[in-house]
Amino acid sequence: MNPLYRARKRQNALLLFISCLALAFGLFWLVWILGTLFYEGGAALLRAQLYYAMTPPPGDDGGLANAIVGSLVIVASATMLGTPIGILAGTYLAEYGKRSWLAAATRFLNDVLLSAPSIVTGLFVYTVYVARVKHFSGWAGAIALSLIVIPVVVRTTDDMLKLVPNSLREAAIALGCPSWKMIVLVTYRAARTGIMTGVLLAVARISGETAPLLFTALNNQFWSLDLNRPMSNLPTVIFQFAMSPYADWHRLAWGGAALITLAVLGLNVVARALFARKQ
Amino acid sequence: MANGRPLIRTAVRAGEPAPAVSELPAKLRVHGLNFFYGHYQALHDITLDIPEHRVTAFIGPSGCGKSTLLRTFNRMYSLYPDQRAEGEIVMDGVNLLAVARDLPLIRAKIGMVFQKPTPFPMSIYENIAFGVRLFERLSKRAMDERVEWALTRAALWPEVRTKLHQSGNSLSGGQQQRLCIARCIAIKPEVLLLDEPCSALDPISTARIEELISELKNDYTVVLVTHNMQQAARVSDYTAYMYLGELIEFGDTDSLFIKPQSKQTEDYITGRFG
Repeated sequence: MNPLYRARKRQNALLLFISCLALAFGLFWLVWILGTLFYEGGAALLRAQLYYAMTPPPGDDGGLANAIVGSLVIVASATMLGTPIGILAGTYLAEYGKRSWLAAATRFLNDVLLSAPSIVTGLFVYTVYVARVKHFSGWAGAIALSLIVIPVVVRTTDDMLKLVPNSLREAAIALGCPSWKMIVLVTYRAARTGIMTGVLLAVARISGETAPLLFTALNNQFWSLDLNRPMSNLPTVIFQFAMSPYADWHRLAWGGAALITLAVLGLNVVARALFARKQ
Repeated sequence: MANGRPLIRTAVRAGEPAPAVSELPAKLRVHGLNFFYGHYQALHDITLDIPEHRVTAFIGPSGCGKSTLLRTFNRMYSLYPDQRAEGEIVMDGVNLLAVARDLPLIRAKIGMVFQKPTPFPMSIYENIAFGVRLFERLSKRAMDERVEWALTRAALWPEVRTKLHQSGNSLSGGQQQRLCIARCIAIKPEVLLLDEPCSALDPISTARIEELISELKNDYTVVLVTHNMQQAARVSDYTAYMYLGELIEFGDTDSLFIKPQSKQTEDYITGRFG
């Protein structure tokens, strides 16, 4: 056999082995994390009480109903606040700003915001909102989370609209279509699944955020749907219960963690399925 | 149409010589047109009249400016801030280059079909209705009729009548291109600009579209950019040969292909160059 060819084959085998090792290393931790999560939280997940009882005081039996609903309300409000702003800003970048200096600057700042530690977002909302109105509230939590949604949605909207071929835009314009109608009726439609995927991924991202909620929504032991008052939510309850010395609080924390993981997994699967159908 | 017709016509059609361009009413009068991409000048002092209800073809090697010239007619270049045109393009007494507002109204009168088929991401029916709705409010029934009319004119109706509500992207390339032509004529323009409409299509689809172009000229003024000289010879009445942003020769197609006035044109059409 040709010695060069043999050497190449050996290198190939070696690289393949190293890659597989790296893959196994990554998967090992992931499986361990998920395994622990469902081993510890699985039993809690299967108890109906988790879904209808309130968070209990130590020693009592209870569930996470108020935290689950609080999380849903806060995440939904944050998505509702952040998505339109994100989509409109992304539209500006891709359709109007393009390569202007303002668009370039916006893109840069957006990328900074995208990678900003979420605790900074929480402190920021604490300073400008919570400290002014002098109480924690569901709204503050929603605002903090929406600040995380916005850059994600801006980025995906910008990217997805850029993927729409220019010929489609020209075709619409050539029919005598004004640009705003061209954007709303043609390019949004062409980029629809991509933008939806971005929104879903943003929702998945904020569902597990704890730090921004610690300074904003805080927590609430009781059932509350009032966004103007502190509101219970899964991440802070998990944080509080997991740090406590009580075994039944630990069980609930594991249950909540497993629940969030399942929800995020579900959202990711839906997002991928949406995107795959488009391809 | 392809049956028996020679690829390049060698005889003047049926004995009657085509009238000179100057004897026909002009739909578009281009005068002293210069075009710039930033600092680069792509068209130099172009002057020609596009005759009404005829097919005019622009031919020339890549980069000669034929598409650029076509894109000035419906002000497509205005989408891009670094592109500008100087001179005059007059249609119905209006200098199109001087129009500052209401560009959509000009574009509705001057339809355009592009090199690659560009169906919108919606149903076949909606693809046609989209453009119509921009300028007219029609009842459901009138819209149905208009859609059928446009698709019939574009020779697509028999193939899509049972699947009007399927996506426009589900059609073949040739069908998509005819859909784009249908979409264009549905809003009843006066001029049709075709920018290499067959370059992405197979020979059968090309033949169908060429046939269609010959029919459309009864109602529309057609301007065709093509890479394919045989195509220009087959479907156009008048041909302009362009080179490096200049108009070298413009005249009736038969004369231009049989005895070109300019040596450059002759070299190009005989294949010695380009």
